[in-house]
Amino acid sequence: MGRMEYFLEIFFGGLTRGSIYALIALGYTMVYGIIQLINFAHGEIYMIGAFTALIVAGVLGSLGMPGYAILLLTLPIAVIYASAYGFTVEKIAYKPLRSAPRLSPLISAIGMSIFLQNYILLAQTADFLPFPNLLPYFDLPDFVGGILTSSEVTIVITAALVMAGLTSFIKFTRMGKAMRATAQNQRMAMLVGVNVDQVISLTFIIGSALAAIGGVLIASHIGQINFYIGFIAGIKAFTAAVLGGIGSVPGAMLGGLVLGWTESFATGYVSSDYEDVFAFALLVLILIFRPAGILGKADSQKV
Amino acid sequence: MQGLKKSLLTAVWFMFLTFPIMVIRVNTIEKTIVWRWENLALVGISVFLLSYVWRFLMSRRERGNKQNAFATDDRAQAFRALIEDRRIRYSLIAAFAIFVGVFPFLFSMYQVNIMISALIYIMLGLGLNIVVGLAGLLDLGFVAFYAVGAYAYALLNLHFGLGFWAVLPMAAVLGAFVGILLGFPVLRLRGDYLAIVTLGFGEIIRLVLENWGTFTRGPSGISNIPRPDLFGLEFGLQGRIIYMYYVVLALVLFTIAVVTRLKYSRIGRAWMALREDEIACQAMGIDKTQTKLMAFSLGATWAAMAGVVFAAKTSFINPASFTFLESAMILSIVVLGGMGSTVGVILGALILILLPEYLRAFAEYRMIVFGAIMVLFMVFRPQGLIRDRRLKRRFHPAESSKGAEAVPTGEGMARGAGSHG
Amino acid sequence: MTKKITSAIAVAAAVALMGTGSAQAAEIIFGVPGAHSGDLASYGLPTVNAAKLVVEQYNAKGGLLGMKIKVVPQDEQCKPELATNAAFKLVSEKVTVALGHICSGATKAALPIYKDSKIVLMSPSATNPELTLSGDYPNFFRTIGRDDNQGKIGASFTMGKLGAKKIAVIHDKGDYGKGYAERAKEAVDGSGGKATTVLFEGVTPGAVDYTAIVQKIKQSGAEAVIFGGYHPEASKIVMTMRKRDMKIPFVSDDGVKDATFIKVAGEFAEGVYASGPEDYSGNPLYHQANEAHKKAFNADPGVFYPQAYSAALALLNAIEKAGSTDYDKIVKALRTEYVETPVGKIRFDERGDAEGVGFDMYQVVKGEFVLVK
Repeated sequence: MGRMEYFLEIFFGGLTRGSIYALIALGYTMVYGIIQLINFAHGEIYMIGAFTALIVAGVLGSLGMPGYAILLLTLPIAVIYASAYGFTVEKIAYKPLRSAPRLSPLISAIGMSIFLQNYILLAQTADFLPFPNLLPYFDLPDFVGGILTSSEVTIVITAALVMAGLTSFIKFTRMGKAMRATAQNQRMAMLVGVNVDQVISLTFIIGSALAAIGGVLIASHIGQINFYIGFIAGIKAFTAAVLGGIGSVPGAMLGGLVLGWTESFATGYVSSDYEDVFAFALLVLILIFRPAGILGKADSQKV
Repeated sequence: MQGLKKSLLTAVWFMFLTFPIMVIRVNTIEKTIVWRWENLALVGISVFLLSYVWRFLMSRRERGNKQNAFATDDRAQAFRALIEDRRIRYSLIAAFAIFVGVFPFLFSMYQVNIMISALIYIMLGLGLNIVVGLAGLLDLGFVAFYAVGAYAYALLNLHFGLGFWAVLPMAAVLGAFVGILLGFPVLRLRGDYLAIVTLGFGEIIRLVLENWGTFTRGPSGISNIPRPDLFGLEFGLQGRIIYMYYVVLALVLFTIAVVTRLKYSRIGRAWMALREDEIACQAMGIDKTQTKLMAFSLGATWAAMAGVVFAAKTSFINPASFTFLESAMILSIVVLGGMGSTVGVILGALILILLPEYLRAFAEYRMIVFGAIMVLFMVFRPQGLIRDRRLKRRFHPAESSKGAEAVPTGEGMARGAGSHG
Repeated sequence: MTKKITSAIAVAAAVALMGTGSAQAAEIIFGVPGAHSGDLASYGLPTVNAAKLVVEQYNAKGGLLGMKIKVVPQDEQCKPELATNAAFKLVSEKVTVALGHICSGATKAALPIYKDSKIVLMSPSATNPELTLSGDYPNFFRTIGRDDNQGKIGASFTMGKLGAKKIAVIHDKGDYGKGYAERAKEAVDGSGGKATTVLFEGVTPGAVDYTAIVQKIKQSGAEAVIFGGYHPEASKIVMTMRKRDMKIPFVSDDGVKDATFIKVAGEFAEGVYASGPEDYSGNPLYHQANEAHKKAFNADPGVFYPQAYSAALALLNAIEKAGSTDYDKIVKALRTEYVETPVGKIRFDERGDAEGVGFDMYQVVKGEFVLVK
């Protein structure tokens, strides 16, 4: 096998992984942008999205539905449920803490994360469950066949579409404008008539929806889930969000991709033993030279 | 009536929310589905009832907030007056000291053992309190220094046969050194960027311990680490545990003494000033980098010492004990107890470490209850169990003369400690 | 300050009082310490189920030595420090025997406590060689084989029967997986040039995907993969390999030889080799145990279930044969009396390893592990 081919394989492997990180990282970065909270329970929302999809797909499958119909129904339901969970979590664990000391919501988030993990563990199972492959299969042209699989192509394309959609939503709609206003200055936004509570809820809903899409895509791709998958994915996505500049939407996307590539190339050309070491070392390096992340704006300190 | 409607709506919402997870269980291989409708009813009824409790507590919280802003609670004041009385105060302190002193003889080995764990976490909490509570630097990788201490003892003992008492000061110095080493590049960062970088460092240290097998024995860990000895005396298991308890207790007392001194010293004040406003602080002529580094390395010192104690206590360590979750736990201790407050951190550690142990009675529901309690604690007491006293004193200007005694001695300490910064 | 101290006293006292329970003497306390929550819960919970089922059987027959048996699970999340807490908790509850500690690390941390308290501990899953080979723990027994044997078997099978010259050895960086992988690598490197390890690397358990490492295996030109670790990682790697048309043999350990692996990997599991305890598929007790689990819990049993079921049987049988709950008598009975279990007819040797629990190689054929002859 040629060197170039190997390079491309590693490159696309990183791209796939990075797309998933980016989808989850968007949830972190949006929430952070609006209320400056590291939402540690976000990884759990991703997991719940995947679990809901598994359950819905299981029920539909037992009714004898064809594959594409299952996908068409499962994905929206998973997205709706994950959003509902994100919305509810915000109302219970973060909203009462709006005016609390800065770190209190963080601890509340850690507690929520423990709670949700064990909720799934108790209500469903601790075991790994096989996840049906919902992604459409199609034949790829020969020259990419050995490098990419169809599910990887689907993941990358879906992620790109979703992110493009999100960017235009934030940029062009009224609600998007309200979100940007709230992110810049909550009090001022309130003064000019933005319903801040609504904006925050919407942020959680959108972030959760993206996480659920990521959850369904990756679970279909690797074919298994359990109650703990949210934790590692969450930490990595959070890293990606900070890498790109937390609070910045394009930053989260770029951060996800950079992290995915770093890990992939570290494994491919050095050793997977130190895959995470490379990821974190890159993070430290970037932050030392750009303390607000790759695309983050260094905000001036308020006196 | 309004309440009933709200509760009904909440119940319906949660029934919808938990429906797929609680009711359906699918087996995707055999394509069988189990429907557990009884769970739906359970969720509905319990959420309905809980929503009343929630609203009641919420309204109490609101009221409490309003009251606190203007006047202090009568009961609290009466209580305060009671314990301000010297005789009552000293007898309470004496009673507590006696209780702590005879603890191992009153309770089973299990109780003593988990109390040792709690004491170790008090040390860790107090150490992190310097970094997070006083200096306001969010550190999510505190466990790295804990690991450094634990591995220092385990490895030095393994290769050179050094004992607990020899390693303890060495680990403290090593901890401070590593703290400076890691602190130096990252202190330029602010707030949550610092948090993620420290998290990264924590993970890097754990991964190195895991992968560098020839040096650290990798994931299989190091076993047979000796407990501390007392002039070479041999006790049975019970004796060793009790002795361990007193050793850790002494270390905790030492920690409390030093941390309290530090807090009221010049450097302590600088930390708190830095936490409140960095720019004003620099304008006042405080060396930002040096002050931050001091906080970082002092915190690391205690973590490393706690690590030595931990290795001695469990007699076995492996990298799995030093995950990010551990850092999160220590941070929770500090925040839940009340940032900056020593007594708060002690209470936080006792609750967060002992609670899961006493929740063992709930068996499989242990961790879900623990998570829920963490959330509820924060929602209903966001400032932590005990608010740092300094903050309070703003409202009681009359008492502010008392704490000031500590300052002169504290200053000397700060200079002494400053020399390795 | 004082106010806070008083509240501290109140909390400490309340907390201390809460936990002082007492145990009755007329019961056999069957402790089950292990990971029952956290990331490794799926390895620990099947053991609790096994213990419950076996004890139920005994209790239905009127108990043991005229006493009822009570299962006391203790969660330790596979963390050494929590494992010592769990052990002390069991000791203070006057546990008679204990089935468990799932991870080798937790077991190592907790063993001295059981040893000093003279309590037999039997693990269904701790495979670290030191536990028995060091000779430090006369109270330790296990119904699972040691890593070192398995690693050698995996390597010689791959080199011999499969005839692979270039072998990639992958592990999950865990105690169990890395131990296995290191033994396998030693065996391959010491084969006198018969075969070489072309790749020796650890993957991060729980990582989002394993595409990069699979590409690397492909690039290394390996003719076979030996994997040390558990089934979740194994199934992810195998599925990624097969989806990319890599058909080279995949050989693994008994953390993989589990029904869940086949369930999760589905069609991709076909052809995978995994070593496991000597063939017990023909053993009626094995099927009986599985059926009992399905009936009671409405789900397939998880990892280490047969080993745990066997250990529970062996422990209770030893108490019965010893005719007492005395430590020395139980240990003697474990070493001398054979017992029929789902993993075969076993007793234990001086070091605590089960006699008759060797390893065989299995292959997934039509969705089931079949003995390779």
